[in-house]
Amino acid sequence: MLTILFDGVAYGMVLFVLACGLSVTLGLMNFVNLAHGAFAMAGGYVAVTLVNRHDAPFLLTLPLAFLVPAAIGLVLERTLYRHLYTRSHLDQVLFSIGLVFMSVAAVDYVMGSQQQIIRLPGWLQGRIDIAGVGVGRYRAFVILICAALAVTLQVVLARTRFGAQLRAAVDDARVARGLGVEVSRIFALTFAVGSGLAGLGGALGAEILGLDPHFPLKFMIYFLIVVTVGGVSSITGPFLAALLLGIADVAGKYYVPGAGGFVIYTVMIALLILRPHGLFARAR
Amino acid sequence: MSPDVEAVAGARRWLAGRARWRWWEIAFWLAAAASFVLLPSRHLILAEIAILGLFALSLDLLLGYVGIVSLGHAAFFGVGAYAAGLMAKHVGGEPLLGFAVAVFAAATVGLATSFLVLRGADLTRLMVTLGVAMLLGEAANQWSSLTGGADGLQGMTVAPLLGLFEFDLFGRTAYGYALVVLFLCFLIARRIVNSPYGLSLRAIRDNPLRAAALGIAVDRRIVGVYTLAAAMAGAAGALLAQTTAFVSLDVFDFNRSADVLLVLVIGGAGYLYGGLIGAVFFKIAADLLSAQTPQYWHFWIGLILVVLVLAGRDRLGERLSALARRARLTGGAP
Repeated sequence: MLTILFDGVAYGMVLFVLACGLSVTLGLMNFVNLAHGAFAMAGGYVAVTLVNRHDAPFLLTLPLAFLVPAAIGLVLERTLYRHLYTRSHLDQVLFSIGLVFMSVAAVDYVMGSQQQIIRLPGWLQGRIDIAGVGVGRYRAFVILICAALAVTLQVVLARTRFGAQLRAAVDDARVARGLGVEVSRIFALTFAVGSGLAGLGGALGAEILGLDPHFPLKFMIYFLIVVTVGGVSSITGPFLAALLLGIADVAGKYYVPGAGGFVIYTVMIALLILRPHGLFARAR
Repeated sequence: MSPDVEAVAGARRWLAGRARWRWWEIAFWLAAAASFVLLPSRHLILAEIAILGLFALSLDLLLGYVGIVSLGHAAFFGVGAYAAGLMAKHVGGEPLLGFAVAVFAAATVGLATSFLVLRGADLTRLMVTLGVAMLLGEAANQWSSLTGGADGLQGMTVAPLLGLFEFDLFGRTAYGYALVVLFLCFLIARRIVNSPYGLSLRAIRDNPLRAAALGIAVDRRIVGVYTLAAAMAGAAGALLAQTTAFVSLDVFDFNRSADVLLVLVIGGAGYLYGGLIGAVFFKIAADLLSAQTPQYWHFWIGLILVVLVLAGRDRLGERLSALARRARLTGGAP
């Protein structure tokens, strides 16, 4: 029972890291980026390739799993995404679906369509007993890293100058620009960091969520749920939403395997209808 | 005549003018009919095109005329396909009866879920429609005693159409059947969008608030047209099930919803022919691309989407129509 809860928390933490970048682009910048999962997949494949083919130490690959998608994100933002901020949602949806299709086919072509299994170092395998509860070492490791990331993000957003500028730019881009905030630079940077975090999540989650070329499509709906259910007013909303989703999904699959995705989708639809602004947010 | 009567008469004349058949519309349908006679070896892919065109036409009613962005239109396609498949398997192979039941089933599901898209902005609708499609796909997957689950629905026997035309290997009956259904659905759609009702739909698309202020019952119109679009998507699904005598889980696939959106966008939304023209382009492109790179043709589809959006899909249409206008002007002068 507690083990399931623990696995659920680990799963939810990974979902949070995966989705928090999206909560900025979608929630704050109001850009429907369905291709977010593609960045996560990029991070996952970077880690898997380095570890499995080049015998790189797992810990060392994590920063790269952040940097590579962040760089891709930055380039794409500057060249393509930037032009679409003011377009209709339909355009954004079509554009990002196009990116997803391209990334899925490209990864399939380069890496093959099989499921990738990351080789974890020995000290992360197996279980340890904490107060009689069997806890997977890797999951404990993931929870620690993700919790640290969540706290860092919250501090950056709430306490630093950059965070203040980002919040200002999102609240009213014109006024922020008038006050000397370089809005487009901030957006570009935020987009890059969001993509990087997705990549990191993809690398950490390769073991928990699985990794194959259809990753962006399979988990798109999960990211969207985290963001829309969590709301966008703070980082806490998506964090709690991700935890809830993770626990519910793991517990649901364990206790009522027949129900499968029903619970998740039904809850999502109900929530969207009843609380269009998110579970924890007040209407803006 | 009082000004009111005059205005109503003017509006009638305007609508009647819009409803008049243009020469190119007649040419389009004549060409479609000619393809049945002239391209007997291509009947299978033509049938696929007609089915996809009908599916895109149904989405056009939503996207092009009411402005609802749906990422889960395959839900109704799937319901229609499974309903037709189950009818053929358990009740009887009569295609028209199965077709009617499938359309009715899809319309019912459409009506039931239409209330979910009334609230919220684009993003909420996107996710709700996507969620409904996922939910139905999951249901079909889990309820494998009825649907066959991941193996697909096998053992359908489809009786000859009207007791006369057997569904053959070359798709002759399939294409004829699909084309007739497509044409009938098109007539219905055309009649509706060129009526005062259709005009009020466009008012909702352009500005729901103002439409409501003018006294248009926005919610009721959305429910109505959503149900109609669902019924037509179900018709397309039923056609696919009956002409291939097989239904599998991929009728609910996200890719199917995304593809039909692409088809409509290629052809242009909001004038009914977009979905049909888009379907022709899409199927031919898919055929060529998948002959070149069987597994990876979605890459090129994605590329087309990205380029299309960046180039500006509205501007593309405008540019073409501007070109056509100029051609007409210069063509008229000596």
